[in-house]
Amino acid sequence: MASEGGATGYIVHHLTPLSVGEGFWTLHLDTLFFSAVLGGLFIWFFKSVADRVTSGVPGLAQNFVEMIVEFVDTQVKDTFHGRSELIAPLALTIFCWVFLWNSMDMLPVDLLPMIGSLMGMEFMRVVPSTDLNGTFALSLSVFFLIFFYSIKVKGIFGFIKEMTCTPFGPWLMPFNLMLKVVEELAKPISLALRLFGNLYAGELVFILIALLPPALQPLLGFPWAIFHILVITLQAFIFMVLTIVYLSLAHEDH
Amino acid sequence: MSINATLIGQMITFTLLVWLTMKYIWPPIIAALEERKAKIADGLAAAEKGQEEIKLAEKKAKSVLKEAKEQSAEIINLAQKRANEVVEESKLQARKEGERLLDAAKAQIEQEMLQARENLRKEVSALALRAAEQILKEEIDKAKHQSLLDKTAEQLG
Repeated sequence: MASEGGATGYIVHHLTPLSVGEGFWTLHLDTLFFSAVLGGLFIWFFKSVADRVTSGVPGLAQNFVEMIVEFVDTQVKDTFHGRSELIAPLALTIFCWVFLWNSMDMLPVDLLPMIGSLMGMEFMRVVPSTDLNGTFALSLSVFFLIFFYSIKVKGIFGFIKEMTCTPFGPWLMPFNLMLKVVEELAKPISLALRLFGNLYAGELVFILIALLPPALQPLLGFPWAIFHILVITLQAFIFMVLTIVYLSLAHEDH
Repeated sequence: MSINATLIGQMITFTLLVWLTMKYIWPPIIAALEERKAKIADGLAAAEKGQEEIKLAEKKAKSVLKEAKEQSAEIINLAQKRANEVVEESKLQARKEGERLLDAAKAQIEQEMLQARENLRKEVSALALRAAEQILKEEIDKAKHQSLLDKTAEQLG
């Protein structure tokens, strides 16, 4: 495939989403499709375990699911001290979903695009976290939740007061407000860009390795894949933990 | 690389996933985990209680055993005492019986001796009478001399 349009063409081809529509109303079909399939996979697996969950001796699948659930639950309990029905399931969903997104990176870079091209699809980008829309969808949802909980816990006036009167007191109100707005906006942007950047770069490196002569590919591809296992898990974990931290900050009354 | 409507689609998917997790996945699994935790705690408590009960039972068994030993010793003592008494009693009774038998035998011997003496006397008197009869023959009338004969027999004894 590398020969078609040279190296640049190959890279661009691999990072261009399969899209329909124009302007803002463009839809990245590959991102939507793969993330939905992966989300379905997550829900299906966890639901099948949750349906026959037992407090007795757990089976293999239940053990695995319990391990993840307990891991997430510990993270939530360590950070978040209020009572919320939402945060723990939210954290679990984010962790598993982002992990599954990222793990699409471990598939050979040409495998799914080749199958797609056989089915007549010109472009295909299989890792949803290399799409800014995917990562921003998560971080903006979290941002709205932060907003929602801030107002719910502190009240509308408490929220306005916190936005205008901290950290420097009411006399520096405009400055405070500016600072706070930047602080709040930085949260979703940093969340989304961190995940996107890591995975985009990782995928790019895989594509570059795929451009090397076949003899060299395993030599570099193998260590990078191993290293990437760490990145995949770590990024999912970071996204989850920061979500919990931001939401618990939103719950705190200053 | 632009933000577009995909974002909205992804947010809808995300919301749906979170809702499903919150409704169908998180509660049953956490409930099971909590239940298991409670079960384990109950089990541990029961084990501790059981051990305590065993200790108590051991103590009780020991005391019961001790009591039983004491009781049995007492019973044996009593039995020994009773046996001694019985032996003493039977010895006494035997001695008494023996004396009684001895007395009875003595009395019988005496009586038999008397009887024998009587018989002998009668026989001797009969013999004497016959001898006298033979000697005297005709002159002696039995009826007439009976009292004389009796007197003689009495003197023989």
